[in-house]
Formats: sequence, C-alpha cells, structure tokens
Amino acid sequence: MHSGLALRCDSRLLDRVAQTLLWLLAALVCGVFCWLLFDIVIEGGAGLSWSFLSQLPEDAGRAGGIASILVSTLAVLVVCLSVALPIGLGTAIWLAEYSDHLIVARWVRRSLQLLAGVPSIVIGLFGYAFFCRALGLGYSLLAGGLTLACMVLPLLVGALEAGLRAVPESLRQGAAALGLSQAGTLLYLLLPAAAPALIAGLILSVGRALAETAALLFTSGYVTRMPESLADSGRVLSVHIFDLTMNVAGGDHYAYTTALVLLGLLCAINALAKLAVRSIFSGKAERNEQVFSL
Amino acid sequence: MYRSRIDRLLQIALPLLALLAAVIVLLILWFLWLESWPFIASGDLFNSNSWHPSESQYNLLPMVLGTLVTALGAVVLAAPLGLAAALFCRFYAPQPLARIYRWILELMAGIPSVVYGFWGLVVLVPMIARWQGPGTSILAGILVLTLMILPTASLLAEAALEKTPEHWIAGAYALGLNRWVMVRHLAIPHAYGGLLNALLLQAARALGETMAVLMVCGNIAVLPSSLFNPVRTLSANIALEMAYALDTHRAALYFSGLLLLLTVLLLVLGAGRLRQEYKHA
Repeated sequence: MHSGLALRCDSRLLDRVAQTLLWLLAALVCGVFCWLLFDIVIEGGAGLSWSFLSQLPEDAGRAGGIASILVSTLAVLVVCLSVALPIGLGTAIWLAEYSDHLIVARWVRRSLQLLAGVPSIVIGLFGYAFFCRALGLGYSLLAGGLTLACMVLPLLVGALEAGLRAVPESLRQGAAALGLSQAGTLLYLLLPAAAPALIAGLILSVGRALAETAALLFTSGYVTRMPESLADSGRVLSVHIFDLTMNVAGGDHYAYTTALVLLGLLCAINALAKLAVRSIFSGKAERNEQVFSL
Repeated sequence: MYRSRIDRLLQIALPLLALLAAVIVLLILWFLWLESWPFIASGDLFNSNSWHPSESQYNLLPMVLGTLVTALGAVVLAAPLGLAAALFCRFYAPQPLARIYRWILELMAGIPSVVYGFWGLVVLVPMIARWQGPGTSILAGILVLTLMILPTASLLAEAALEKTPEHWIAGAYALGLNRWVMVRHLAIPHAYGGLLNALLLQAARALGETMAVLMVCGNIAVLPSSLFNPVRTLSANIALEMAYALDTHRAALYFSGLLLLLTVLLLVLGAGRLRQEYKHA
C-alpha cells in the first residue's frame, strides 16, 4: 500500500518531467525552423523584385535576375511530368485495378519502394550514364527531365494508387452490373472520382522535382543562358542556389533571394495539394449520390 | 466489339507500363555496375593509400568514414528529437497546437536539402568557426543533416504512434496509469516496429544525402581526427569530381555510387522487412 503510493507519486513526477522536456524539445525544433525561415524571408526579401524575376543573370549570377533559370526549371518540370505521368498513371491503374493477387504486382511494388530509396546523386550518376551518354542526349534539359522522372515515379505511383483505391467499391460493382467495359469504367467513373487525389499526387511530385539538386548537377548542367530548345543545357533554381553559394564569391544575396523564390513556389504547391486533397472528402458524398441517381 | 478491343489493349499496355516502372531500379544497378567495372577490374581499390586521382591513387576510406560518421551523428541526434516531437504532437500538446505543429513539421519536410545546406553554410558554419575553426566540419554536417531528416522522422514516428488503438489507451487510463507510464509502457512498445522503420529510412536518407553535406563539410579527402575537422563524403566526392573525371577516375566515382546505392538499398529492405514483421506480431 505504502510502496504503491510512492510509485504513483514517482510516476506523476516523471510525467511532469517528461512533459517539460517534451515541450522544451518541441520548442527547440520549432525555434530552429522559424530561425531558418525568417532568415531566408528577411535576407531574401530584400532583393526580391519584378526585375529579379524577369532579367537574365549576369556576371555568373552576381547581378541581373533569374529569368532564364525559371525557364529552365519549367522546361525540366514539363519533361519530367510528361514522361512520369503516363508511366505512373498506367502503373498505378494496373496495381490498383488489375493486379490483385498477382505475385508480379508485389515485385513491381517492391521495386518502386527500392527506387524511392535510391539517393538522388546515384540517380544523377545513372542519368548521366544512361540518358546523357548511352542515349546521346548530352547535358540537356531533356536528360535532366528524364532523370527527374525516374526519381519522382515512386512518389507519383504511390499517390495515384492510393487515390484509385480510395474510390468506393460500390462504383465498380455498379459499373460491372450495368455491363460497362473495363475501359469505360476507368474513363468515366474511376478516374473522375479519383481526380482530386490524382491532382494532389501530381502536385506533390512537382514539389519533389523542384526541390531536387544532386540528380541535375551533371544531367541538365550549369549553363545560365536562356535555353532555346530541350537539347540545350540549362540551370534550375536549386542548382543556381548551390552554385551561387559554393562557386561564386559574393553571390550570397542572390542565393538568398533565389532560395526565397524556391520556397515560395514550394509553399504554393503544397497549399494547392492540400486544397485538392480536401476536395476529395467534401466531394465524395455528392458524387456517390450522382452515381446512384444514374 | 469496339469496347472489348480497348479493354484488351489496356490489358496489354498497363502491365507493360508497370514493368517499365519496375525495371528502372534494375537499369540503375546495371549501369552503375557497368560503369564501375573498369575500376573494380583495375584493382586500384586495394593498393591506394590516399585519394589522388591524378596519380591513380583511389583510396575511398576517408570518404566512406566521412559518410558513416556524418550519417550516424545525424541519426543519433535526430532519433531522440524526432521521438520527442512525435510524442509532443500525439500525447502532450493540446489539440490545436498539435495540428499547427504537425503543419510546421510538414513544411520543414518540404524544404529542399540545398536550402538546408545553404542556410547551414551562411549561418551555422560561421558560428562554429567562431567557437573552433575552420567551421566547415563534421559537426556542421551532422547538424545540417539532423535538421534535414528530423521533420520526416518525426512525422513517420507520429504516424506509427497513432496506430495504438484508442481503446487500449483508454484502458490504460482506466487502470489508473498516468500519461507517462502509458506512453512508456504501451504506446512506445506498440509502435516499436514503426519507429525503427522510420529510423532506418532516415538513416538511408542521411547516408545518401549530397547537397546538405557538400555545402557545409569542407570536402577535404583526408581522415578526420576531430569533430571540427573538415571531411568529404562519398556523395560529395561524386558531385565535386564528376564534371571532369575521366576513365578510371570516373569508374571509381561510379563505384562509390554503387557502394552508396547498395548500402541504402539494404537499409530500405531492412526497413520494409521490419514493418512486415511487426505487422504480423
């Protein structure tokens, strides 16, 4: 009885200690993050202007702006998505709708899991050996985009498959009962029903691709000129930040501003993805009703 | 008739696309092996004393050590911090604060590693330099890596903690256990598999990370003797020298990439196995 009381007091004290400690550690983590964010917003915000976004970089990035870098970034993203999306969507549809109980599906999933773990520098090495040299694309936006496509594929497939699996089974059963073909079910029911999740997955992949640096260092290259075609080499935002800090003395201010632009883009993308995901849950009930009224 | 033809087409096209997606990993392994073969065949790996590619000296040991030390340091720092942040979010913070905190962690997880590296170089490195030169050091690398893996680690840990059934927790409270005892003896043991899984995945990320360490570690390919010495990791070595490497030198870089890849894949496989095992338990 007595020792039981002592134990309870003891554990209450322990809980108090744990509580204090956890609050402190959580505040520490949050504090460092706010420090980083405010530092970049304040230092970077000082140099942010329309002309920074619209002018070409001069003097290795010490002056001018980042117009050509934004264009290169966009080009790499477009290449990346236009390759990753068909493959990713096809894989996700197959995994979610066609491959139940197939051992091959397990292998495909495991393979994508491994691909998700491959370090980006290794993807870069592969991209250089395969796209730049074996396929003869050289340092180019095309090679960079293709390399990035390999990188975002696991994330994309994961998100798309989850979106398709979230579509209620009743839709498929209803379609089958009505004698709709598989292709028709897919095109008119499943894909529209999963659209918000598909869009969210797409947006997440764009974010992942925007954040990438190491895989692009020796695939899309360093050139700051305005690219004229996809076969040109071009420098993306993250590589620009890296180069300004490491290789250009006195480039820190422009690196800050570029980092701010990159973070701003990523935040906007994140918010868009959140919005898309939210509309799945609000739109679900309504869509089911529509189906039943058919 | 028309419909069934499309169906048949889909039945052929979809598995092919999936196969294409699945083959990428094999392609990566094959190309890395192919490109690093000249180095493996040359045998230079074992008769080199230092890293001087111009003199055909390819000793990878300093870089292997640099990679291991920075990654291990980051994991050792991030594991308790990540667990603390997850426990705070799940059990100790009031509901609205927990939601804001989770949102902050998600934002942090989305920050590109090059931004972490940049901030480390312009803010952390000068601070360390004031304390003990030269600033760009193992310590800076560990700190920046910790910052980088911490958000994802705590988000994964929180997801694992969330799987403890609500009625177990209610039962524990009903038995008169207080919060800490419940956390210590119920929530954490129950989430053990998920927590270890998070740890392994983040260790893999720390091992493979390039930009963050490349920017703050100083990149000198010599065995370090203290936390304040500069160091070069395998990944940084590749990023620095790929641009001008030729022949055996390039093969050596590919070999270090292969080394990195195999280590990371082992960790990822281990993490997957762990998750499976604890699911059955």
